[in-house]
Amino acid sequence: MIEILDILVNPNFWAAAIRIATPLIFGVLGALICERSGVLNLGIEGIFTAGAMAGWMAVWLGADLWTGVAVAAAVGGVFGLLHAILTVPFGLSQHVSGIGVTLFATSLSYFAYRTALPDVSSPPRITPFQPLDIEGFSDLPFIGAALFQQTPLTFLALFLVLAVAFILNRTPLGFAIRAVGDNPAAVEAQGLSVFGLRVGAVIVGSALMAIGGAFLTMSAFDAFFFGMVNGRGWICIALVVFASWRPGKALLGALLFGAFDAFQVRLQTEVGAFVPGQVFLMLPYLLSIFALVAAARKADYPRALLKPYFKGQR
Amino acid sequence: MASRAKQVANGIIGGPMSDAPAEQAAVLKLAGITKRFGALLANHAINLDLYPGEIVALLGENGAGKTTLMNILFGHYVADEGTVQIATPGGELRPLAQGSPQAALKAGIGMVHQHFTLAENLTGIDNILLGTRSLFSPFASKRSARARLEKIMRDSGLTVDLDTRVSRLSVGEQQRIEILKALYRDARVLVLDEPTAVLTPQESENLFQTLRSLADEGLSIVFISHKMAEVLSASDRVAVLRHGELVADLPTKACDRNMLADIMVGRHLEPEARMEVDKGPPLLKLSGISTGHGRDALHNVSLEVHGGEILGLAGVSGNGQGALARIISGLELPRSGSMEIDGRRLKPAPRTVMREGLVRIPEDRHRDGIVGEMTVAENLVIEDVRSKAFQSFGFLDFSAIEERAEEAIEAYDIRCPGGGAVARLLSGGNIQKIILARTLDKEPKVVLAAQPTRGLDIGATEDVHRRLFEARARGAAILLISEDLDELFQMSGRIAVIHRGKVSPPREAAGLNRSQVGLMMAGQESEDAT
Repeated sequence: MIEILDILVNPNFWAAAIRIATPLIFGVLGALICERSGVLNLGIEGIFTAGAMAGWMAVWLGADLWTGVAVAAAVGGVFGLLHAILTVPFGLSQHVSGIGVTLFATSLSYFAYRTALPDVSSPPRITPFQPLDIEGFSDLPFIGAALFQQTPLTFLALFLVLAVAFILNRTPLGFAIRAVGDNPAAVEAQGLSVFGLRVGAVIVGSALMAIGGAFLTMSAFDAFFFGMVNGRGWICIALVVFASWRPGKALLGALLFGAFDAFQVRLQTEVGAFVPGQVFLMLPYLLSIFALVAAARKADYPRALLKPYFKGQR
Repeated sequence: MASRAKQVANGIIGGPMSDAPAEQAAVLKLAGITKRFGALLANHAINLDLYPGEIVALLGENGAGKTTLMNILFGHYVADEGTVQIATPGGELRPLAQGSPQAALKAGIGMVHQHFTLAENLTGIDNILLGTRSLFSPFASKRSARARLEKIMRDSGLTVDLDTRVSRLSVGEQQRIEILKALYRDARVLVLDEPTAVLTPQESENLFQTLRSLADEGLSIVFISHKMAEVLSASDRVAVLRHGELVADLPTKACDRNMLADIMVGRHLEPEARMEVDKGPPLLKLSGISTGHGRDALHNVSLEVHGGEILGLAGVSGNGQGALARIISGLELPRSGSMEIDGRRLKPAPRTVMREGLVRIPEDRHRDGIVGEMTVAENLVIEDVRSKAFQSFGFLDFSAIEERAEEAIEAYDIRCPGGGAVARLLSGGNIQKIILARTLDKEPKVVLAAQPTRGLDIGATEDVHRRLFEARARGAAILLISEDLDELFQMSGRIAVIHRGKVSPPREAAGLNRSQVGLMMAGQESEDAT
């Protein structure tokens, strides 16, 4: 018991939780924007991979880190555009298109990696983002170590939570996106473009997902590996439901998952001798399922989610 | 009579409106509008002018092309031929760009769709402001907009709480938001598609009063309807569409009910005469049924329906009719109370109630009445596949099924390519005929008819009414759940009213009038009305 308390009062634990949560924050915000407009984007897992690959590859080819992030976002936007064209004007099944985009983006990333580096056994490393040293804050006891020794991408993620919440709840654009996810006919009857709003939302959402992927190769690690996304995209899809499509709760959900994961690693070193390691690996997912079940009962689905809209048809 | 028949056959197109001042210019001009959907001619060479300050009723049966015409006006569809012209505020007619709701809004056309176009997750004011400001303006101050809306609400009498989420507003309030949306954008032409379909009679009356005062201010209004009473009482002019053609354009003063019905249907209609049938013993008896919670609840409902009787149950949709129908047809168990069919108390289950001689005409005929992907023949026997008549050696006997289908198609005049046609592709009226054939041919003891004519045109409605009268004459007890007062008064011997899950004691229809029932549907005791 004492050991568990020790884990929780250690600032390094909280720093790790936030670090693990960062790509999830990007992903869950991206998925949330798409779904608020009425489009489920199951391409997220592949877009994570493509973002991870593209950002890292750009830096390895000589770009600076922020250009790499921009490249990742652009690649994500392109896959988002593909998903949006298939599901919005063509009105195809969002599930099928999304899974297709995931398979396509993942394979294309691996293909690009193998084509660029045909016979390396371990990938070349780049110099990743370094923790930001914020004068005055980073040296604070506990808080400083837990909160203020993160890389710039983490701060970008936290800023984006505020930005997305502000846009959705305070600006005409956000109202239009929420309306199009609830009743596209309402948007059309007010002279706005359903297609424009949805395609735009999916592109922007996908770009955020890709930055989440880029965090993995450019901040958490310093290279690209096969299978490194490892289901993070799917976790984001679940977290959106947990968050009831609200950015603030999405942050909470991502941090919760990050904390479970960080806890699991430390618990493993404490009591790993008695219990098989896989049990600990399972723990965050199991707890996520429980949290999801508890939260999803009162989830407030966008009413038009998954429903394609065709002009003049009711 | 002969001259009317001739008028009906040829259609009646009035000249320029006799009582419109000659110098008054049209605010809207539809000329030669033609629209095809594949082989279907939805609108054919329609000419219609609209003048400032008048209320025009666009009357027609389902599928006559009313909604198509208005959707062309609002830019949801593009006409294949013809032009739409709308006057600028200065009074000059300009062609309207087609296929763009945005252009229509800008030109001053406001539309209230039958299915409201509101985002339910936003408040009223946010719905109204949607699309009125640049999407990329960083802040959304509503102060000046709110002041303007409050003035519009004061002037028009359309008051509603602007800061409540639309999902929490009643249908009447949602409709007011829809009208405010149009007024906020300075609409000069307001189109309402079946505006009273979801309102109580009193709410409808208020709506038409508001529309009249808006018209007096100079707004031009078109409302789509197939209800004769409101057309006659609320409009200045009636335009009748039949099979996509404009067959009459007359001042309302010159019209009466029978004449409009004949023009609309294209032939002369005799209302079904009501025959008195001796009341038999109670065949359906509900005692103290309670169930559910919220909008779909029932509180201590007791009802008796006798053989040879049609008991009308009036009520606005969503006051517990759904739960009542599910309980009677055995799909749901009540929390308390009991049900008897022909004196036998039974535990409700679909198969038990069917065995006892109850048949149901479900409210949502597409979802609960047929299996859309199966054929007409299969749908006709779907409730009887266990019967020996349609089996041989435990397998389905398809020749018997086909024979039965042919017989029913003939007897009930089901318009379809044959028993092998997929049921989903039939029109609503013909789907209802399948259900009537399947249920009424069984010589049922009890018929549960839930909104049996909703969405049907006059011809099909007549057919349903005739079949129900026939079943009654054969001694069936019929519970008719409906929100159409005309239908209830025409069909029922006694009428009860359901409101918020409570059912009033049935009273003789002859001793009731429409406004009493209307008030009870809105939740007021009938005593207050008289």
